[in-house]
Amino acid sequence: MWSRSSDGRRIAAITVIGTAIVLPLVVFVLGPNMPPGKATEVAKGQVTDNTVLLVVMTPFTVFILGYLVYAIVVFRAPKGETELRDGASMRGHMPSQIAWLVTTTAAVLFLAIFGTTELLANNGAGSGSGPNPVAKPSGAMLPVQVIGQQWEFTYRYPTYGGVETAELVLPAGQEVAFHVTSLDVVHSFWAYELGVKADANPGVDNVAYVKPTKIGTFQIRCAELCGLWHGYMFDTGRVVGAADFNTWIAAQRKQFAGVEKYLPKYSPSYSPDPTFRAG
Amino acid sequence: MLVVGVLIGIYVGFLTNGPTPYRVPVANAGSVDLTLQTVAAVGPLAPNPTWVSYLVRESGVWHRSTVWTVPANSLVHVTLYNFDGQSGLRNPFLAQARGLVGGTFGLNGKQLTVINPDAASHTFAIPQLGVIVPIQGVDDNAPKQCDLAPCPMSNAHETITFTFRTGKKGHYRWQCFVPCAAGFVYGFGGPMQTIGYMDGYVDVV
Repeated sequence: MWSRSSDGRRIAAITVIGTAIVLPLVVFVLGPNMPPGKATEVAKGQVTDNTVLLVVMTPFTVFILGYLVYAIVVFRAPKGETELRDGASMRGHMPSQIAWLVTTTAAVLFLAIFGTTELLANNGAGSGSGPNPVAKPSGAMLPVQVIGQQWEFTYRYPTYGGVETAELVLPAGQEVAFHVTSLDVVHSFWAYELGVKADANPGVDNVAYVKPTKIGTFQIRCAELCGLWHGYMFDTGRVVGAADFNTWIAAQRKQFAGVEKYLPKYSPSYSPDPTFRAG
Repeated sequence: MLVVGVLIGIYVGFLTNGPTPYRVPVANAGSVDLTLQTVAAVGPLAPNPTWVSYLVRESGVWHRSTVWTVPANSLVHVTLYNFDGQSGLRNPFLAQARGLVGGTFGLNGKQLTVINPDAASHTFAIPQLGVIVPIQGVDDNAPKQCDLAPCPMSNAHETITFTFRTGKKGHYRWQCFVPCAAGFVYGFGGPMQTIGYMDGYVDVV
């Protein structure tokens, strides 16, 4: 593979030294600032996962970029030479081929095992895992239904009379079970700072868990291209104290009492009849 | 080269040929009047004459424009004449009005907060401003139904009135939440996905 054995040793040295320099920066500088932040335990877990991915890819990235720069510098045509020359013939290099196969296989296997382990733990619980998630937090949970429709998310609170709201408000310190569904096309409910991202599929109850701890706001976006106003399908949610939440939900029940009689009975998903004009 | 240039010009012209923005004239200090019409088929006013659409009245004449410019921190008094039939909402929650001055809207002179979701023809909604108003549809058995826009007031219609406050400057989208596109799967395609029919912008300046 190498035209000269010294080139291989130099590139190996560049990879080792470069990795030794970059890796601490990845772990201690870039890693802690990775998305989605540390607002919830789920989000913190995702920061750790993203950092691990970065650590694993660092030596490979250093190798590829180092090889690229080395080739540009060392293998360039000598100054003044205008005639194109072919490089040395390559007949394979078993040690380097084995090294590449072993390291990349080890990296892929490690990531597969690590990823599966993390998904089974609570770190992966922020993702929508279908109607029956394998990873399920213990303790009492507040169910909140997220309903996607072109182009707005609305929310139902089944433990509060099934009231539906246009705003998402959560009580701090309370484990929340999101039940994400859609009334039309596929959307994706992405509560960025909470570390929650779950597809909203018509007729499907997609469950995701999170326990918001910090009082404040969080961004909500649709993460699935869903039509004309997909780019405008965003909102701001709030995490409030328990007393404020009780006040808010009572006000919502009062405000939307008029439409309550028209709402369907709470269900994990809905399949509205086609409209009169359905084609 | 000339032919290629002409073709590119036609293509770009087609892509940029959107509805003409309508600057709503100021009626009184701090308020504007916006008069709209919703029709089942827009007719010769648009490239897709069979599509459902909103129209705006400018100096007494109905135009096809769904991009409206209104002043910031002002009241927008809307009068909407709906000549279209009832389609029904997939989410009944959207049958209740939100974000209006006074909390209610007028339906043929009667102040309401909610309508029967099955009787909805359209909605007027600016989600970023928290505004949504359900638009009652014309009964199927009503006489003198309008087929093509612009519809005269002698045709069967519902009159909806409401007021909302614009707040700060911004570029806000508005939309209809009723899947009212006849001939499209679940009524969601065509005019529901095209600015100039059941979607548009409210530019608050």
